[in-house]
Amino acid sequence: MNAQPIHFKPSEGFRARSKAVVDNPFLRQSFRGAMDFLMSKRAAQFPDDEELQSLRSLGEAIRQYNLAKLPELLERLEANLTRNGVQVHWAETPDEANAIILGICQRHSAKLMVKGKSMVSEEIELNHAAEAAGIGALESDMGEYIVQLANEKPSHIIMPAIHKTKEEIARLFADKVLGVDYTDNVDALIQIGRNVLRQKFLEADIGLSGVNFAVAETGTLCLVENEGNGRMCTTAPPIHIAITGIEKIVEKLEHVPPLLSLLTRSATGQNISTYFNMISSPRKPGEKDGPEEVHLVLLDNGRSQAYADEQLRKTLQCIRCGACMNHCPVYTRIGGHAYGTTYPGPIGKIISPHMLGLEATSSMATASSLCGACGEVCPVKIPIPELLMRLREEAFSKPHADPVMRGQGAGYSRLMTSVWRSWAAVYRSPALYGVVTWLGSRFGWLMPSKQGAWTSVRVPLKPAPKRLRDMLRERG
Amino acid sequence: MTQSKTLPPRPADVYFFATCVIDQFYPGAGMDAITLLERQGIRVHFPEEQTCCGQPAYTSGFPDEARKVAAHQLTLFPQDWPVVVPSGSCAGMMKHHYPMLFAADPVRKAQAEKLSVRVYELTQFLVDVLNFKPEDCGSDCTVVLHTSCSARREMGVHLTGRQLIGDLKNVNLAQQDHESECCGFGGTFSIKQPEISGAMVEDKVKALKATGAERVVSADCGCLMNILGHAAWKDAQEGRTTPSLPGEHIASFLLRRTSK
Repeated sequence: MNAQPIHFKPSEGFRARSKAVVDNPFLRQSFRGAMDFLMSKRAAQFPDDEELQSLRSLGEAIRQYNLAKLPELLERLEANLTRNGVQVHWAETPDEANAIILGICQRHSAKLMVKGKSMVSEEIELNHAAEAAGIGALESDMGEYIVQLANEKPSHIIMPAIHKTKEEIARLFADKVLGVDYTDNVDALIQIGRNVLRQKFLEADIGLSGVNFAVAETGTLCLVENEGNGRMCTTAPPIHIAITGIEKIVEKLEHVPPLLSLLTRSATGQNISTYFNMISSPRKPGEKDGPEEVHLVLLDNGRSQAYADEQLRKTLQCIRCGACMNHCPVYTRIGGHAYGTTYPGPIGKIISPHMLGLEATSSMATASSLCGACGEVCPVKIPIPELLMRLREEAFSKPHADPVMRGQGAGYSRLMTSVWRSWAAVYRSPALYGVVTWLGSRFGWLMPSKQGAWTSVRVPLKPAPKRLRDMLRERG
Repeated sequence: MTQSKTLPPRPADVYFFATCVIDQFYPGAGMDAITLLERQGIRVHFPEEQTCCGQPAYTSGFPDEARKVAAHQLTLFPQDWPVVVPSGSCAGMMKHHYPMLFAADPVRKAQAEKLSVRVYELTQFLVDVLNFKPEDCGSDCTVVLHTSCSARREMGVHLTGRQLIGDLKNVNLAQQDHESECCGFGGTFSIKQPEISGAMVEDKVKALKATGAERVVSADCGCLMNILGHAAWKDAQEGRTTPSLPGEHIASFLLRRTSK
């Protein structure tokens, strides 16, 4: 496994970052309102539970079918894209992906890259790499544009600027966009963004986009978007570079409609997105528009690690709708930035360990009450709570040779392991359990009034003076 | 998950798996559940060797330790009787996770699968098997019901508690905001991520209190420990001497309402 060194460990400072949001009533209210809105939009799209469940089963089956054939499909995709004139590149790490993209830019002496929304480009931190190479990278999705102006990262995979109020955006535009006066009229703000971006689409040397579904049998890249900026990025500049993870592949065109329907309904509560682009080739001789070159960068970045394990492979079923975050009580409390990972929320907790290793992410797996809301809404039925338990096991078990995950055992603690061993010794033995719980019931009054984190917001736990078994014995 | 409605005939005997939380912290709820079942003419058997379903270790990432404890519980129910559990969370562990926990042990896996089909959450058993229609003997009151995430999403029994309370003619069931949201307990989650868990239980208690209900009832003592523990802490912080949000297990509530 060729893994990139990590400069940032999301686990470190996670509790402090969470606390900062939890202690901010304004942010708490703002996230709650936004998530309520998204949940109600999705619910309105699925009034019939039976239809929803059969569609989810179909989505799951399609994703599992395609993952089962992934190596073969990747080869077919490459062959068919190449036949169509699209140049295919393989990147194992973010650094490799950046080198490929910047290499293309440099070959064309590119000065400006205009970007459609792509979480994989966030994953590889392309904007930083481009800046370091002297190439401008401008986000053209409105949310991403806002986040870029604010010098922040997306806090949600679908709605990158969901953490910002319109007043904050108004101030940001007035401060950062030349010749703009303060307005918190949403339509006016959108118009400001459009005016800036329109010119950039024409100036840009490179258009970069993500991919929602790559169809192997036809060599087609499908792109879902709402603002038309995706179409601009992939048609106006002379070079189009698409980047995606290796798992976003389907064999057949007929696999796309059910997944698309699940995606837009689960993500934004839309029947269908405003734009759906299918890109099959660069401009052909005699055609008047379209890029002269189209490239696809296929990124691994830990995905093949997840793929190698039957259970962890389910992580790769994800179609990146974000419904798991919208329904997550933890995400609702702390927002996306607290996670410190490119992908926040439940999906972030299960995919990030493969990208960054468990050493950097081990505490994130514990940040779930396992309530199951994510698994319940996942359109492709990823058993997220089950995977979180598996990641806990991988993180806390004693490091061993030949682990399935990078960083296995990173959270291992001899003390914690011996606590659970002692717990098991007591609870597997009725005699020991009897003695320990009897002592608890008799000396419950000795329980300390401070019980660590439990009593930070709760009264202490005290065993009842009589156990149920004592009460039953007395009753006879 | 939808539950199969092809249920066994009314049994004469059941096993009662009390759960370690009820045995040690809420024994009254266990007694009330047993009494409630006995009043329906059921002989209730309490295997004295029972301890814990193993869930705390299982969800914390220690499946080996969970397996040792779960293996012991597998031996406790030799007769083909239903196993009634007054907790959606522990019932979910036994019904849905035991077969997975023993996936690599063919003998125990077979035992776990045989047990799995006999495991019922208490309110599910009362409604779906006993067809229990509680007759209300109490005066007018308003309560609010908190359903655990395991009861709702793993066991799929979020409607049975609601139905039982709905049958009580003098009881008004209030509806809290964000009803289906987790209370923030989550076992070791509450101590590993106390800030997030604390925020969740704070919001849950606020939503429950905002209904104006005089008490909260739940079929899961893990949630009650968390919800009532926070409500009492808040009362102490704010100098209240009477609980602003009393609560109890649904078995205790049902038993009292149906006692003359």
